[in-house]
Amino acid sequence: MHSFSDYFYVFVERASDIFDALLMHSLISGAAVLLGCLVAIPLGIFLTKTSYQWIQSLVFTITNIFQTIPSLAMLAIFIPLIGIGLKPAIIALFLYSLMPILRNTYAAFESIDPGIIESAKGMGYSPLQRMIQIEVPLAMPYIMSGIRLTSVYIINWATLAALIGAGGLGQLIIGGMGVNDKPLILAAAILAMVLALVVDFLFGRLEKIFVKRESSEQNIMQMEE
Amino acid sequence: MIEFKNIYKKFEGGNDVLKDINLTCEDGEITVLIGPSGCGKTTTMKLINRLITPTKGSIFIDGKDISQINTVELRRGIGYVIQHIGLFPHMTIGRNVGVVPHLLKWNQVQIDERIDELLELVGLDPKVYKERYPSELSGGQQQRIGVIRALAVEPGIILMDEPFSALDPISREQLQEELIRLQKEIKKSIVFVTHDMDEALKIADKIVLMRDGQIIQHGSPEEILRRPANDFVKNFIGEKRLKKAMDMPAVADVMVRKPATILPYRGLAVAMNMMEKKQVDSLVVVDDDNRIEGYVSIYDVTREFDNETKQVKDIVQPFMHRAEPDSLLSDAVNILDESKLSYIPVVSADNTLAGLLTRGSIVGHMREIYSQERWAYNA
Repeated sequence: MHSFSDYFYVFVERASDIFDALLMHSLISGAAVLLGCLVAIPLGIFLTKTSYQWIQSLVFTITNIFQTIPSLAMLAIFIPLIGIGLKPAIIALFLYSLMPILRNTYAAFESIDPGIIESAKGMGYSPLQRMIQIEVPLAMPYIMSGIRLTSVYIINWATLAALIGAGGLGQLIIGGMGVNDKPLILAAAILAMVLALVVDFLFGRLEKIFVKRESSEQNIMQMEE
Repeated sequence: MIEFKNIYKKFEGGNDVLKDINLTCEDGEITVLIGPSGCGKTTTMKLINRLITPTKGSIFIDGKDISQINTVELRRGIGYVIQHIGLFPHMTIGRNVGVVPHLLKWNQVQIDERIDELLELVGLDPKVYKERYPSELSGGQQQRIGVIRALAVEPGIILMDEPFSALDPISREQLQEELIRLQKEIKKSIVFVTHDMDEALKIADKIVLMRDGQIIQHGSPEEILRRPANDFVKNFIGEKRLKKAMDMPAVADVMVRKPATILPYRGLAVAMNMMEKKQVDSLVVVDDDNRIEGYVSIYDVTREFDNETKQVKDIVQPFMHRAEPDSLLSDAVNILDESKLSYIPVVSADNTLAGLLTRGSIVGHMREIYSQERWAYNA
């Protein structure tokens, strides 16, 4: 049996393994979310600009379908296609990240007051200037909260990626299951949770910065008092 | 000057929104487009900065066809204020006001100076407001910012799309008055869309009344009140406002038609004689074509009387105030009251003397009205 102190001692004993796993875990989730942003944000902007309704519904249907595939199956599907390891794990998680980021980006741009768009047009912003100086900054808080939510999900799902040999904290959990090493399982699980919480917190702060920009120093001080 | 020539507009699959619009907006005037919703007033305005393009016909600004001008450049040269204010919530007030100078790549020092100047123009302290965000201002203050933002690069033309309609009545009145005051300073060509007749009558130099995509009547507020083109116009103006305009006599109805006048090359003795005969203390000086030159008073005549070579034109003094035959009596009475004058000359558009509005003539007019009423009552 494991004594109570083992649950703490494992962090010291397996420090380097745990650190590597944590790093790998962050890498997998980070890469997946980053790819998701690179694809979903421009796609979302495109969807708000296009006048073809059918493109919108097509894209949303496809990303929705990705979302409904069970995560274990999604990972398994890629084994015959790309093999095992890091790559299929990142691709699978990337596909999951598309829908929430896309939805939020789309909603963010749709929610911009049409009056603001019209006055920007009327004042002589070129379409590109309008996008960069007006629409993107206004949509940013919503896009950010989409990324935040997605990151937390992806960090949790990334533990499953160990099943196809991608490494990460999931690897420790599976390893721990094999030899019935409860302290290791618990340590890995807790770290995955902490990682998710820390990322959530950091994105939360980042979001606040964007919101804060809409009221001046004087007023923020008054509100905090 | 903005000219609309034979403008038609048809929206996709819809009916005609504008039918053969021909309209000229003069420089330095506030042209108010008014009519019931769906009459095409906003569409007409948005044609000017090409937010909407006409199906047929063309628009000229200072003789240039706007379809030949780059849209972005055209719009930067036209101020634009919309109903829902349209301030950018993620920019400070200063940034918002400086948006167009920024787009036109002014240098930062120039932009800052301009922002301060504009904020002061509407009575907002730059030190307090420049760094604030739009959400921290009241609706009235926000729309003031909206207005000065449109003025930033001194465009010749400003378009205003129901700018005050979302405000509470008090702020609305204030802003209307501010706009009138501002316009006296800046003298822009303003095209103003509203559905509020009181607002139109208050601020307009010209009113364009529209219905179903057509112009029903185009004229000064005075003309529209006095000579509504048809029943639609009468209904739109409303009984109450019409009655007010009809009941209130024009200056021409009240003035003395043959006031005592004198030619500028007469001698002072003649002037003195004339005053004695007509029992007045001053004479209006008009030339041979009845054009007004000023007045001479009994004090000036007696002071210079011994000098035989002096003529009326040597001691003539100009009038500080005058009224037009068409102006409302109430306005003229205000002038009389504020300036403490005993009379003001009534001058036609070609500068000829039409008559004289005196305190006596006003009392005479009132006696007429009341004696008629008494007569009617007794009968």
